[in-house]
Amino acid sequence: MSETTENVDTVEITVNGRAVMARKGEMVIAATDRAGEHIPRFCYHPRMSPVGMCRQCLVEIDTGRGPMLQPSCMVPVAPGMVVDTESPTTKRAQEGILELLLANHPLDCPVCDKGGECPLQDQAFSHGPGESRYVEEKRHYEKPIDISALVKLDRERCILCDRCTRFADEVAGDALIHFVERGNATQVMTYPDEPFSSHFSGNTVQICPVGALTATPYRFKARPWDLEQADSTCTTCSVGCRTSVHSSRDRVLRFQGVDDDNVNWGWLCDRGRFNFESIHAESRLADPLIRTAEGLVATDWSSAMSITADLVRSALERSGPSSIAILGGARGTNEDAWAWAALADALGVTRRDAQLDDGLPVGVLGFERATIEDAARAATVVLLGPDLKEELPILHLRLRHAAVEGRTRILEFSPTGSGLTKHAWRSVRTPVGAAAATVAATLADAEVAAQLGSGPVVIVAGRHDLASSGDQVMAAVQAVLRAVPTATVLPALRRGNVVGALNAGCRPDGAGNDARSILVDAAEGRIEVLFLLGADPLADVPDADLARRALQGARRVVSLDGHGCASTMVAADVVLPAAVMAEKSGTTTNLEGRVSTVSHKVTVHGTARPDWMVAVELALALGHDLGVGSLEDITGRLASGGAALGAIWAPSIAVGEPVTVESVAPSGYDYRLVVSRVLYDGAVSTSNSASLAPLTAGPGVSMHPLDMERLGVVDGDVVTVTAGRGGVELPVCADDRLDRGVVWVPFGQGGGDPRELISGGAVTDVSIARVS
Amino acid sequence: MARFNETNLATAHEIIARYPRPKSALIPLLHLAQEQDGYVTDEAMRQIADLVGVTPAEVIGTGSFYEMFRFEPTGRYLINICGTMSCALLGASDLLHAAERTLGIHAGGTTADGMFTLHQAECQAACTEAPCLQVNYRYRFRMTPDGVEQLIDDLRAGRLDDEIPPHGTLARVRQHIPADRGVGAVDPDAVDGPPAWIPVTVEGAGS
Amino acid sequence: MSDYAWAPGFVAGDRPRIVTSRFEHEDSYTLARYEATGGYAGLRAALARPAADVHEEVRASTLLGRGGAGFPAGVKWGLTPQGVFPRYLVVNGDESEPGTYKDRLLMERDPHQLIEGCLIACYAAGLSRCFLYIRGEMALAQERVATALNEAYAAGYIGKNILGSEFSVDIVLHWGAGAYVVGEETALIESLEGNRGMPRLKPPYFPAAIGLYGKPTIVNNVETLSNLPWIAHHGAAAYTSIGTESSPGTRMVAVSGHVRRPGVYEIVNGTTTFRDLIYGDEFCQGIRDGNELKAFVPGGGSAPWFLPDQLDLPFEGRLVGAAGSMLGSGAIMVMDSTTDIPSAALTLTKFYAHESCGKCVPCREGGTWLMRILERVVEGQGTQDDLDLLLEVGGSICPGSMPHAASSELGLEATPFPYRMTTICFVGPSAYVPVHSALTLFRSEFESRVAPSRSKTRIPVTAIGGER
Ligand SMILES: Cc1cc2nc3c(=O)[nH]c(=O)nc-3n(C[C@H](O)[C@H](O)[C@H](O)COP(=O)(O)O)c2cc1C
Ligand code: SF4
Ligand code: FES
Repeated sequence: MSETTENVDTVEITVNGRAVMARKGEMVIAATDRAGEHIPRFCYHPRMSPVGMCRQCLVEIDTGRGPMLQPSCMVPVAPGMVVDTESPTTKRAQEGILELLLANHPLDCPVCDKGGECPLQDQAFSHGPGESRYVEEKRHYEKPIDISALVKLDRERCILCDRCTRFADEVAGDALIHFVERGNATQVMTYPDEPFSSHFSGNTVQICPVGALTATPYRFKARPWDLEQADSTCTTCSVGCRTSVHSSRDRVLRFQGVDDDNVNWGWLCDRGRFNFESIHAESRLADPLIRTAEGLVATDWSSAMSITADLVRSALERSGPSSIAILGGARGTNEDAWAWAALADALGVTRRDAQLDDGLPVGVLGFERATIEDAARAATVVLLGPDLKEELPILHLRLRHAAVEGRTRILEFSPTGSGLTKHAWRSVRTPVGAAAATVAATLADAEVAAQLGSGPVVIVAGRHDLASSGDQVMAAVQAVLRAVPTATVLPALRRGNVVGALNAGCRPDGAGNDARSILVDAAEGRIEVLFLLGADPLADVPDADLARRALQGARRVVSLDGHGCASTMVAADVVLPAAVMAEKSGTTTNLEGRVSTVSHKVTVHGTARPDWMVAVELALALGHDLGVGSLEDITGRLASGGAALGAIWAPSIAVGEPVTVESVAPSGYDYRLVVSRVLYDGAVSTSNSASLAPLTAGPGVSMHPLDMERLGVVDGDVVTVTAGRGGVELPVCADDRLDRGVVWVPFGQGGGDPRELISGGAVTDVSIARVS
Repeated sequence: MARFNETNLATAHEIIARYPRPKSALIPLLHLAQEQDGYVTDEAMRQIADLVGVTPAEVIGTGSFYEMFRFEPTGRYLINICGTMSCALLGASDLLHAAERTLGIHAGGTTADGMFTLHQAECQAACTEAPCLQVNYRYRFRMTPDGVEQLIDDLRAGRLDDEIPPHGTLARVRQHIPADRGVGAVDPDAVDGPPAWIPVTVEGAGS
Repeated sequence: MSDYAWAPGFVAGDRPRIVTSRFEHEDSYTLARYEATGGYAGLRAALARPAADVHEEVRASTLLGRGGAGFPAGVKWGLTPQGVFPRYLVVNGDESEPGTYKDRLLMERDPHQLIEGCLIACYAAGLSRCFLYIRGEMALAQERVATALNEAYAAGYIGKNILGSEFSVDIVLHWGAGAYVVGEETALIESLEGNRGMPRLKPPYFPAAIGLYGKPTIVNNVETLSNLPWIAHHGAAAYTSIGTESSPGTRMVAVSGHVRRPGVYEIVNGTTTFRDLIYGDEFCQGIRDGNELKAFVPGGGSAPWFLPDQLDLPFEGRLVGAAGSMLGSGAIMVMDSTTDIPSAALTLTKFYAHESCGKCVPCREGGTWLMRILERVVEGQGTQDDLDLLLEVGGSICPGSMPHAASSELGLEATPFPYRMTTICFVGPSAYVPVHSALTLFRSEFESRVAPSRSKTRIPVTAIGGER
């Protein structure tokens, strides 16, 4: 946690004879930590409620009635308190407890993943008795058991500190691992057939103070003393969690969460934690490729660049800059996006969009911006976004925490409900196509109005549904703002650096230049060169048919990509291999506008280059000097363009025009379709991580049980879902959280692709029939 | 049968309604499941999890903490022989041996016919009547080894059926709170004033 | 075989009886009998007065808690924070301390008295819901209390607008499922919330401030509450006229083990001596078979042991504390000369090791380790080193000096109660207490058992209490 001591009430205590200023209300152990006096501990974790379970942190504390042994993790500081962390009694107690902790702990350190970074090992060394007098047989359990696809549990090593179980219950809200049995037989377990399949399971591995919990993707890969590390930022989603990248012999071996007060509090979601595997995946592109009659063939950079420059030159000559378009940029750094935007500026290309018609109009960045911290401290959070647990998992954790603590009330509008529904003060099932009207009606309710009037209001705005238009969300946001003009907005856009890329200039400069219009023009043959910057329209654009036609219709497609994604391999004429995260440095901007750094930790794969470098070189080839020669130059430009690094850049985007969307009444079709994302889908970094790829749930369509009854189908039956354009077959499953008449299909699960049903209208209505 | 039958499901809902928070009903519902099936089945725990709004892991986490819940088929008669101080001082181990001999099983085991499960138990709060034992939590005081043999014989012959219901049944009388008399459970966070009979003081605090 | 066949000795002798006054009646547990013998008069008297006055009356009675800690009930009720509601009453009927036997009798034989006590407490302290937590293994008590509650609801004693007043409260019957530690009040609350019964740390979780569902909660023992009808009816002055100033009224004591007439007795608080109890005609009438008294546990399994030297102490908390033990839950366990001391210590240590909730490392690991070492010693496999190790491991649970009794034979001075501990609750230390007492007072019995170095021969042991 970072140090921000200004204006906090302080309390003076004495630690080992020295006066120490402690913060009012904090626990003794936190105060001594900051004073540099280390008290050994196992169960205490600053981000969870203290349990006083391990007793290792006992020290003598005198509050005026003589020194008493007290667990420093559970005793709040009080004025005049005298703490002795080194008295003989303290030492005796700590040694005794360590001996008892080790009594049943197998001393298999040489084959334990934790060996070398193990608090138990370290403390046994520094505070332990030196030898064990425990000659009895130790507890025996079946050796490591899989408690989930990603985590293994070795109960013999477990010291029952309650960290993982507390995390699962308190922080993640998935109490799927629990203590069972009692006393000396106590152990951590899952329920039979109910694995610890939390989106956050990997955190338990990180906080386990021994080697009881290990991550399957990391087991036996390295010894801690061989690891090099560098702080960085996760770019899997736009929360931008602080991480530490650990590598050994030029391979990334794991990501660990780093505690940042403002953002992730040390937590990571499993997708962000384990998709490091994709960095070294087989699908990485090593050399530039050019499409020939034989398909894509490898070439060198200079040929690839000169071909690309030629393509651009001739497009400019033949049809002018409006025939060139750039899609993507959100997977890179701010520097990458800046360089491509600068290149586009130099060429007069205005058609660029870092979103793929699957986000919100950029106007969402123009509202008065809220930070994550603002949201977590607001009296009310109005959720007009996706299921945060699935799309922005750590934002979900922060808001969940705020709600559970009783600090913040969540007012959710959603057609399907979300992971936060059970913590919401109110959750309103919002008919698709009538969100703004529903919001307005709800806000008119006296109790809701009183709640909104009770303190700061933050709107979390994102795209819940890919089958209806993003304008619906904008209209709903404005409906809230009309009722609460002081409300601020936290844009819940999804892709890693989408806000940074939009800020840096990879954005449409007004109507008609956004992704959708680019795709439509491409489909109609009006685009000469389409650049894809780590973008995969064939996989990501909600209207699958449009994406296909666009990639066919664009005269030339140039793809700058780390992995051979579908669009690249199927449609690109020139493929330029790109460096991915951990292979390059730079900055990113998260959804709240916070800028942080990413670190270059391992050598790039093959001849891959960072995006910015490609842009600078391409500019030179086309006769433009972007005026930057190094990454630092660009970072400097970015910083001088606004506030300094580390501060929040105010968006330079005008507030969006008021959006008016008519409520759309259900059509003649029977059901209204909602398509949204879940944590594990076909995303490049997920599907190229061996441990994560199998975790996609698989295709399906969920509907209300009564609707199923009407159709005469039961769980697992296959139905055809048909829209105006086409149909897909999907197995059906019941979900009584849905309104009747609404069906939900998760995005990117393989099998029947719901994108075949979406045609970019305001809503998507479908009919459903049994496959007999 | 593992899920609650209709009567028990109604009882379960009645029990849950008595608590300000549903999770409080966890132990009573586990007892109800054990009463129905003689032990607590996996299915029952899943259903209880649903009923009180927790995960099945939390149900088994709580359930397995307590001695009385059995998670595998258990004899119709669970014989608990106290082995703590006062009973030990007065020959409890003789009772245990007599029971083991008569039943042909060791403490912790169940007879092949599923009639008896034998346990060495902790203090049963009948220390002045030592040594004592319980059959399905019905006491037998100042027992002797011969008495144990006789007891097993009586149980086997069904002579104690009236007095000792099958394992799982504790009280045979349930509490019923009449609808017109009950005050009802209120969400603790929804209460902010003192109860009606406590006069409100100046600051509205109540004593 | 009715449980009356074994009616303990509590009806013998001519002593004031406050909580056992109906025990001689076969139908003492029925509403009819209760009403016919002055039942619910205390409640009526209470309801006729403002709640604060009733609270004051109980405070003036200095009624001490009977669950073990002996804290005055009236003072405890006053510890709830001002203006925070709701407040709950949780009745601790989890009686499981080795040797303790009184709450079960009170619940089985006079459930209405307990119910009336609950009602008076709720009225006086502004508690708006009562949970009556009965130990799981007490089927008959559950049955009797359930029946009594049903009767009392029907008769208008419980529920909305009790006896036509503004006072409304529900009493919810709840029972446990077998875990000694749940008797500890914060564990009781965890259990009542549907959790594993693991104690919470005090501070901050003093139930009166942060209890059930995080709200102020009064936890009182069954016997404590059973005194209230009498106090509400007869007044504090009448109550304090019995017993001593520091220990007024009566209290129930169970005397078990090697005595001729073990039983549960309601005794005058603070004046009756251990000698009276163990040897007195109206009580236990001496040691069985004419044997000698060897040692006794004065206050439940977790209390340090006493020797015949301490027989003349009265059953009074402060004095017993100064003499190196505690009164706890009112349970005396008597060991005669035939007792095998190491085995007796082992039974108790085993109990507490088995009953550890598993939260604190010293208790979870230390209790079991003590048990293992002691088992080895009892079986004749121990060594001299093991005896020191017992004290060392115990020292990790209770650092510093331990309370113990004086011994004229050993020339030992008493070390007063209490001890220091590295655990949250007393279960951990309780696993060590019998080991420490036994080793301090009867070390020679251990030394004769152990080899100087590890030996492979087993020394056979007979039953702990010798032949009967
Ligand atoms: C390990 C342990 C076990 C206890 N068991 C019981 C018990 O079974 N019954 C009881 O009333 N109090 C028991 N207590 C005491 C309770 O914590 C609490 O002090 C008591 O219920 C308060 O009631 P009182 O003030 O009326 O005595 C136990 C305490 C500890 C530490
Ligand atoms: S001392 Fe033992 S029983 Fe008490 S809280 Fe600690 S581990 Fe649990
Ligand atoms: S760190 Fe304080 S008890 Fe574990």
